[in-house]
Amino acid sequence: MTVLEQPGSYRPTPPPAWQPRTDPAPLLPDAEPYRLLGTDAVADADPGLLLRLYAELVRGRRYNAQATALTRQGRLAVYPSSTGQEACEIAAGLALADQDWLFPSYRDTLAVIARGVDPVEALTLLRGDWHTGYDPGEHRVAPLCTPLATQLPHAVGLAHAARLKGDDVVALAMVGDGGTSEGDFHEALNFAAVWRAPVVFLVQNNGFAISVPLAKQTAAPSLAHKGVGYGIPGRLVDGNDAVAMHEVLTEAVERARTGGGPTLIEAVTYRVEAHTNADDATRYRTDAEVEAWRAHDPIELLEHELRSRGLLTDDVITEARDAAEQMAARLRERMNADAALDPMDLFAHVYAEKTSQLQEQAAQLRAELDAELDAEEER
Amino acid sequence: MTTAAIPTTRKAGRKPASMAQALTSALRDAMTEDPTVHVMGEDVGSLGGVFRITDGLVKEFGEERCTDTPLAEAGILGTAIGMAMYGLRPVVEMQFDAFAYPAFEQLISHVSRMRNRTRGAMPMPLTIRIPYGGGIGGVEHHSDSSEAYYMATPGLHVVTPATVADAYGLLRASIASDDPVVFLEPKRLYWSKADWSPEQPEQVAPIGRAVVRRAGRSASLITYGPSVPVCLEAAEAARSEGWDLEVVDLRSLVPFDDETVCASVRRTGRAVVVHESTGFGGPGGEIAARITERCFHYLEAPVLRVAGFDLPYPPPMLERHHLPGVDRVLDAVARLQWEADWTSEPGRGGAERIAGGAH
Repeated sequence: MTVLEQPGSYRPTPPPAWQPRTDPAPLLPDAEPYRLLGTDAVADADPGLLLRLYAELVRGRRYNAQATALTRQGRLAVYPSSTGQEACEIAAGLALADQDWLFPSYRDTLAVIARGVDPVEALTLLRGDWHTGYDPGEHRVAPLCTPLATQLPHAVGLAHAARLKGDDVVALAMVGDGGTSEGDFHEALNFAAVWRAPVVFLVQNNGFAISVPLAKQTAAPSLAHKGVGYGIPGRLVDGNDAVAMHEVLTEAVERARTGGGPTLIEAVTYRVEAHTNADDATRYRTDAEVEAWRAHDPIELLEHELRSRGLLTDDVITEARDAAEQMAARLRERMNADAALDPMDLFAHVYAEKTSQLQEQAAQLRAELDAELDAEEER
Repeated sequence: MTTAAIPTTRKAGRKPASMAQALTSALRDAMTEDPTVHVMGEDVGSLGGVFRITDGLVKEFGEERCTDTPLAEAGILGTAIGMAMYGLRPVVEMQFDAFAYPAFEQLISHVSRMRNRTRGAMPMPLTIRIPYGGGIGGVEHHSDSSEAYYMATPGLHVVTPATVADAYGLLRASIASDDPVVFLEPKRLYWSKADWSPEQPEQVAPIGRAVVRRAGRSASLITYGPSVPVCLEAAEAARSEGWDLEVVDLRSLVPFDDETVCASVRRTGRAVVVHESTGFGGPGGEIAARITERCFHYLEAPVLRVAGFDLPYPPPMLERHHLPGVDRVLDAVARLQWEADWTSEPGRGGAERIAGGAH
């Protein structure tokens, strides 16, 4: 008879190796999205910041409208608009210090230009004259990323490398609600937590992955809760509240910068327009739903606060509008010029040096181009 | 199963070294010379890797430069991309061929095209080491030859050594390369030995050059990695049949050395491509097509392929029936239309049997 078989003699104890690794309580997000606009707490917000956010939001909305118009004129191949999500985009762009890095998804052109990237260069991907139009190192902005969530581990690796080197660099990685279902999202969070990498994950939950609503995407209590399983604190924020977004992002960036490790932020927002100009949103959602979100508009929320402080003067409105119109006019003008294309560029950056096979193929294309030119001259 | 290494001339005072030791030396020397070289992967730390290739590195360079990562290949390669974006030179270990598949999207959608996407602003100086191929009695998912997937992805270099000296030289070159290199290590050659000194590693040909391992006049065996020793053994066995076979070790599948391969085939007039990877859609089809396109008028016979059968890698007790061995290579050589001699190129082809041949 073994000890296990003696009734009453065996008291199971936890296996010695097991112990809780992290207290989950501080990692849990709030029950409700964090808000400042429309609450008493917004009184502490700096008026300069409010005005800056206002100007950027107005400019951002105009940029989205102009880019969408450019798709109709055939000047852009496609544009995934962030109309309705400008507060997330602008706050992301503004929360980072100069030396920090932004890892955007394809819908984050606004955040990219808020970082200082040239608006036309930011649209190169969507215009289709190349894949990335800007030098990522120049503004510390990674290429706009199309494969969902795959840029998140890059952000973790870069932040980790910077920390190993002793550099003061934080990486902010942006992803959508659909992207949180991808494996790379989970692997990135896990690596970031294990390495305590100085990285901030911003999930813009805009309600839809193209046509699929969040209810079909996840059974999690919130997307912010997804951090808890990895030992990462989750923050739930009203993504249309630019002031709250700015505060939460700034805090998370600061936490990362001072060795506190990664944060997962879920910004609850709404994609007011279709997925892209090629999508028909009426097939999967009602106008009433869209209207309800239009009533919770990020610009109007901010205007309300500015107005109640007496800051929304005619001058402020005019200045913001004029700056936005000038930006749009300049964008129109520059995008109406044909892109400079050199077909031989196709072979220029496949490898550091062309393989003999690519040399042969480049010579073939060169000959085809010369023949085209000759034929045109003869005509 | 052939695991014998390729013999080299013995130099005074040298001891035999294994391919595994040469690979370890290459990693250690690269890390010593270049502080941006970081090794990362599953079990590469205190265990030294399941094949012990990273043995001792964590002790010498610390956990920050030889890092045991979480068990997630897309995460390993994805974070390595970010590290490369910040100027590091990561060397990633994928534990086994088939364990590299979760990292495919990172490899294909990012590693291979980051330089191209950014017009050269963001090169990817990454080395992805993958132990590959069969012949070690591995159970399911431990013996794949996955090189065709990598070859089909523009932007990657695909390199595979067959000798101890090449293991060191090609790995050093891969780590030094500003392009991403998929470095395929033939795991059944890990314990093959040759006369090689870690203190005086000899210079080897650069990435992109094939090397003639055995000169011959009757036919060319075009091969790489674990099949190189098989082909050398076949070439020795073929002597009694009256064939003097040339063996070309490709060493690098991308870039592909058309020049050396075609020069060999033009000399011999006959070619067999030999690899473990499945034949259909495998590397041999590309190689045979390239030879045919460039050497058609020199060929006495169709270019033949000896490859793994077109099936999922078999269980270990059956793998010997799957892997191209000496007999299968010789059977292919026998089918090279020896009765034909229609290119009438003097001093070559079927007419040029070595004396005493039984055929």
